[in-house]
Amino acid sequence: MSDQAYSKTELMICVAARLFEDASTAFIGTGIPMLAAMLAAKTIAPNLVPVFEFGGLGAILEDLPRAVGEARTFHKGLVAAGICELMETAQRGFIDYGFLGGAQIDPYGNLNSVTIGDHDHPKARLPGSGGGNDVGSQCWRTVAIMQHDKRRFVPKVDFLTTPGYLNGYLARENAGLPAGTKPIYVVSTLALMDYDDGPGGSYRMRLAATHPGVTVQDVIDNTGFELIIPEKVRVNDPPSAEELRLLREEIDPEKFYI
Amino acid sequence: MEIIESGIGEMIQPPDIEDFREWNRTQKTRKLVDKRMSEQEAISRFVYDGCYIGTELYGTVRCPMSVSRELVRQGKKDLRVCGQGVLELDLWMAAGLVKKLDITYIGLEVYGTSSALRRAVESGQIEKCVEWSNASISWRMKATAMGVPFLPTRSMLGTDMVKYSSAKVIEDPFTGLKVCLLPALILDVAIIHVHRADRYGNTQIEGITGFGAEMARATKRLIISAEEIVDTDEIRKYPDHTIIPYFLVDAVVHAPFGSHPGEMAYMYGRDEPVIHEWVEASKTPEGAQAYLEKYVYGVANNQEYLELIGQERLSQLVDEREKRV
Repeated sequence: MSDQAYSKTELMICVAARLFEDASTAFIGTGIPMLAAMLAAKTIAPNLVPVFEFGGLGAILEDLPRAVGEARTFHKGLVAAGICELMETAQRGFIDYGFLGGAQIDPYGNLNSVTIGDHDHPKARLPGSGGGNDVGSQCWRTVAIMQHDKRRFVPKVDFLTTPGYLNGYLARENAGLPAGTKPIYVVSTLALMDYDDGPGGSYRMRLAATHPGVTVQDVIDNTGFELIIPEKVRVNDPPSAEELRLLREEIDPEKFYI
Repeated sequence: MEIIESGIGEMIQPPDIEDFREWNRTQKTRKLVDKRMSEQEAISRFVYDGCYIGTELYGTVRCPMSVSRELVRQGKKDLRVCGQGVLELDLWMAAGLVKKLDITYIGLEVYGTSSALRRAVESGQIEKCVEWSNASISWRMKATAMGVPFLPTRSMLGTDMVKYSSAKVIEDPFTGLKVCLLPALILDVAIIHVHRADRYGNTQIEGITGFGAEMARATKRLIISAEEIVDTDEIRKYPDHTIIPYFLVDAVVHAPFGSHPGEMAYMYGRDEPVIHEWVEASKTPEGAQAYLEKYVYGVANNQEYLELIGQERLSQLVDEREKRV
């Protein structure tokens, strides 16, 4: 525990980092997922094998990558290959996790990173899928990391870029996505969410744990759809002093994100 | 065979694999010909208004910036672009040269969304965006590289990506699984920046290869810009490092620091202040124009550009390179 002040973004990164599994392969999207992966590698997952779509696999994450293709993504790495090799590695079932962001998310965990408004006449043109769609399609388990507000947590994404549970039970399988792949968590600036994906479940997003100082009502008020609220909602641990030190001194000392 | 779903996105360049084979048979010499030329000559000979063009790798990494700046100086317009890019495509869009996009991702990564992309698309200057994932567009090039008209994938399925692409979904006749079919992608011209090439175009890359191998095999014309031009004897010493053989290549441009302000693995690092200068400048049309005046129109060629950046700064970037350990 720590009595230090910390930002919502720092807390979000810490909660996301704690979801990494040691000695697993994980596709890392650009931005916040990179910070979470670095923190995980320096704490609970020292044998993490980070995978960056343009060819880097198994890098030692000493400095924060500024882009998914730059040299820090294969620094002291095991493999510097190409995009086809790593995406095909995911398609044949070798990538355990995918960590990604997006501009919008819906109750089924579908993400949008293409357009706000109509596709052909958009209010806002976003960067595009990049590897997002591939990661959400091919990795065994995906974790979304998002700022939490009503503009981002929406009943229906304007453009379904990256598949979550699509529209519910068996929808992924019926669409032809690889069997057994699924979204498992959403980490936001307010809470940790999972999915009601047990037998007979609705496959919609469910509150799992709030961040310290955040009430269940705060989460509800900032979510643009009906979130499943279980009887018991845990509270996430705040960042430890060590997590904060790593984030501020080693991971993002230039304050790109925190 | 039943087509379960068809994308409504425009097929920006319908693939003709037979024509491509014929092109490769008749238009690409197998002779060892010296293909060295200036960036001016490479652009004026091989890039034309309305062509379907792509760049590799990814914005600030081994990115063909010097040749891309020359394209802006020559004002090649109405470009149909295969778009997985950051800074180079930003320059083209800011200069108003792009008409259609097969887009995967155009953004500034650590610095956020691309203002140039937003303005060009939201204003309607770019008439069409056809959506693809990174793997999908790379596999489209791989299909061409293999000489086949399409490849199946399990990406894109169930999402709006299929709808706004020109992919099709079918049931696999062997297993019954639904698969997304990606049409082969054949560029008119591609620009790839590399660590070293010989005068004939035999090309070696260090670090990640992105989609360089695939793009080099999926284009009718290929402009290689290289940090170093080496003797063929050097290539012959390490033939296992050659990822692009000479007969794929049409132009070899010597371009030291050709990826600046981006990086080259093991040679020099990113120039964050210059990248950041673009991020800030590109937020307004006037700012973008001023940047283009300073760094593109205001210099005649890569040599003058490097003089503008200054030897001292370039030496610092060499010091900051990713090092082999």
